[in-house]
Amino acid sequence: MAHPSTTSPVATAPDKVPKTLLSVRSVTKRFGKTRVLQELSLDIAEGDFLSVLGESGSGKTTLLRLIAGFEACSSGEIWMSGERLDVLPPYKRNVNTVFQHYALFPHLSVFDNVSYGLRARGTQSSEIKSRVDDVLAMVKMSAYAQSRPANISGGQQQRVALARALVNRPKLLLLDEPLSALDANLRRQMQLELKALQRDVGIAFLFVTHDQEEAMVMSDRIALLHAGELEQVATPEEIYRRPATAYAAQFIGQTNLLRAYVSAGIVECGEMRWPTADTQGPACYSLRPECIVLASDLQEDTGAVRFSARVVDQVFQGAAELWELECPSGIRLLMKTSARREGSETKFAFLVKDVVRVRA
Amino acid sequence: MSSTIETKARGLAGYAGLVFAFLYLPIIALIVYSFNGGGVGGFPPRNLTFDWYRQLWLDSALWDSVVNSLIVALCAMVISIGIGLPTALALDRVSFPGKAIFRRLVLLPLILPGIITGLSLLMMVVLVGLKLSLLTVIVGHGTALIAVATTEIFAGLQKADRAQEEASLDLGANYWQTFWRVTLPNLKLPIIGSALLIFTLSMDEIAVSFFLIGRDNTLPLEIWSRLRRGMTPEINAVSTIIFTFSLAMIVLWYRLRTRSGEDVSDLVSAATEEIL
Amino acid sequence: MFSRAYKFAVSLPPIAWVLLFMLLPYALLFLYSFWTVTPAQQIAHQWNLQNYAELVRVPVYMEVLFRSIRIAATVTLLALLLAFPLAYYVSFYAGARKELLYQLVIVPLWVSYLVRAYAWKTILGSDGVLNTLLQYLHITKQPQAFLLYSPFAVVLTLTHIYTPFAFLPIYAAMEHIPRRLVEASHDLGASPMQTFWRVIVPLTIPGVIAGATFSFVLSLGDFLAPLLVGGPSGIMISNIVVSLFGAAYNWPLGAAISACMMVLVVGLLFATERLEKRWRVA
Repeated sequence: MAHPSTTSPVATAPDKVPKTLLSVRSVTKRFGKTRVLQELSLDIAEGDFLSVLGESGSGKTTLLRLIAGFEACSSGEIWMSGERLDVLPPYKRNVNTVFQHYALFPHLSVFDNVSYGLRARGTQSSEIKSRVDDVLAMVKMSAYAQSRPANISGGQQQRVALARALVNRPKLLLLDEPLSALDANLRRQMQLELKALQRDVGIAFLFVTHDQEEAMVMSDRIALLHAGELEQVATPEEIYRRPATAYAAQFIGQTNLLRAYVSAGIVECGEMRWPTADTQGPACYSLRPECIVLASDLQEDTGAVRFSARVVDQVFQGAAELWELECPSGIRLLMKTSARREGSETKFAFLVKDVVRVRA
Repeated sequence: MSSTIETKARGLAGYAGLVFAFLYLPIIALIVYSFNGGGVGGFPPRNLTFDWYRQLWLDSALWDSVVNSLIVALCAMVISIGIGLPTALALDRVSFPGKAIFRRLVLLPLILPGIITGLSLLMMVVLVGLKLSLLTVIVGHGTALIAVATTEIFAGLQKADRAQEEASLDLGANYWQTFWRVTLPNLKLPIIGSALLIFTLSMDEIAVSFFLIGRDNTLPLEIWSRLRRGMTPEINAVSTIIFTFSLAMIVLWYRLRTRSGEDVSDLVSAATEEIL
Repeated sequence: MFSRAYKFAVSLPPIAWVLLFMLLPYALLFLYSFWTVTPAQQIAHQWNLQNYAELVRVPVYMEVLFRSIRIAATVTLLALLLAFPLAYYVSFYAGARKELLYQLVIVPLWVSYLVRAYAWKTILGSDGVLNTLLQYLHITKQPQAFLLYSPFAVVLTLTHIYTPFAFLPIYAAMEHIPRRLVEASHDLGASPMQTFWRVIVPLTIPGVIAGATFSFVLSLGDFLAPLLVGGPSGIMISNIVVSLFGAAYNWPLGAAISACMMVLVVGLLFATERLEKRWRVA
């Protein structure tokens, strides 16, 4: 079975295939005896908003630190724009980081924080002033140029951290869970702002997060990391509709994992049957709860799989309801329905095209 | 990582090594020469011998002073902790007029040169009409070292869980019972730690003792008076022993501190902030 | 939460002790400075400012005071030059051996002052280790006299003693710097050298001020090292005080000098406290 490939960037006009900016090639990272990243390969295109998604311990922060230069690869290479990146120290890379807890310099004003990188490179002070003013306006922090980090709120510190990184016009911006310290409302607001900012500025963003909703909202592509390996790299829609593995299916959104058996072109799962081109043998399938409908609601008959079940539990979720179904064979399924119905239904269905085979 | 970082680190490491050498070579020389047959000085050391240590063993005046020092150190320990404990408690929990000045005053002996503390106590002793003796030395050490106990115990109080005391009161124990059964046990480590430190500092103390000493000498002052008369290798020997002993005490103190999970540098920065 | 009885019991003994054994003695020191000593070697409780006038009038006091300040300042400077890079190394580059190295720096602090000063005496003497070593290596032909019984020896000894004192607050300040800040600085394009000057040094200044204050104040008031290794040319202000309380028997004058020293020290403490507060950021 093929390893989930690094998919080439999708959803762009055919004549404008973006160039690859950063190439992580078979990178492995060990800390002592622990292997945190295993032969990882990943490409980032120019202008891409790529989220690296994973739970804690998946290696996503390590990957970010390898690209930033704070750690060295145990094996493998990292290339950027046709040159080897991983042999350079962090201060020679055209990459900037927005740290999780901002890491603003407490002894410097907002202005001095933002201009830090420019000053380190010996930029003219007139140019410094104009660039810093511009970027502060972009993050809406112009009024606070002379304040100290201790005197501004967390959300404001985050903007300053962003400005400090962006003003250097890096080719790639790394963001290490920058929104995790913000409260829910501010978070949502910042997600949209960041996305808009990225589009305006056109810099490639590598955004590390453990929040799958956040990744879905913001990214052009998602790289799902699990125990140091890439589960899948795809657009949010593709990763949701066509998860490559059971882990991907379960990590993003909710799903039903059906353990089935394929024989002679037919998938058998409990009392459900549907045709398939997959090879013989045991197989695992993912079926999203919203893809299960009441049999009576089904428009067409072709490509539908019907089955009987009884409603065991109903959970009200506001706009939708979550039903737990139990089939005669004992299989339990989650179903999402929008209308409020009595739980007396017994006949359900789903479309074959909504069932996705996943690697277990 | 680039080579400039490596060379810089090597240069820095070399410098650090030089500083360590500067700090330790004199002491090592001292120890080595305590075994030197030719006495103090001369290079290279020859005739390694235990003679000086043997002489030391038979020196009764020296041993008397050791006993005196021990008495002083133990009594000073009691005083310093006996006053230092309520001081820390007061600083932590009670507000009273003049508290800021009180705090500075308590910490002053740590940073004032010993001569000032010693002289001022001497004047008071004379005013009161007391004769100079080990007792006056004890008072001197006890007073000067209160700050050590206060700093450590205060740090311990800051880390302690106030809710435990509240729980004790809530369950019906009165203030004294709470103090003995809850507060004090929680302060066990800081108290023992500061006791060790005070003991060691008192055993080595000269500046304050210089002015408050009577007929009976403490160990450092005994050594001092011999030094004024001339150097003997015996002094090397006793210095080596003092060094080893202090070393053991400090390692012990350090183990205790880090066992309680505390960072010693935290303690230092807390003390620094208090003083300045 | 605490009853009045508890509060009284807890604060009264310390306050009483401090009043009796600290405030009163220090005050006495001041009082004495305004008295005189009669020709019959008695202390006369006559209030006057003669002692202070004498300090200003007779040149030797000022000379020795300035020499003491020079020595103390030199010691402070040297101690900082030694302690700062050492602290930087141990804090940022020592890795797994950090704890051990830290302990190694602290140990000399608690090992008898006398032992360490004596060690230098044996090393620097004409027959001492250094001179005989230099002759053995044929670097010099005769013992170098300036090594011992000179201001040089005093500075050397005091530097040796107070470097760990300076190290402690500097190291503590460095430990408080979050490592993320160093990474952020590198990330933004600053080399380790630039990071050192722009991030680490500014954030360490409060520690440096504290270390410098300790070293300066304690060196200034030191009288043991000069007695051991200073010789006549290495006399410091506290030695004069000691002799005034000893053979020279003029307690009021000695008290006056001590009072001046005390005012100087307390004034310095206030000044550095303000300075430190201005530099303290986090």
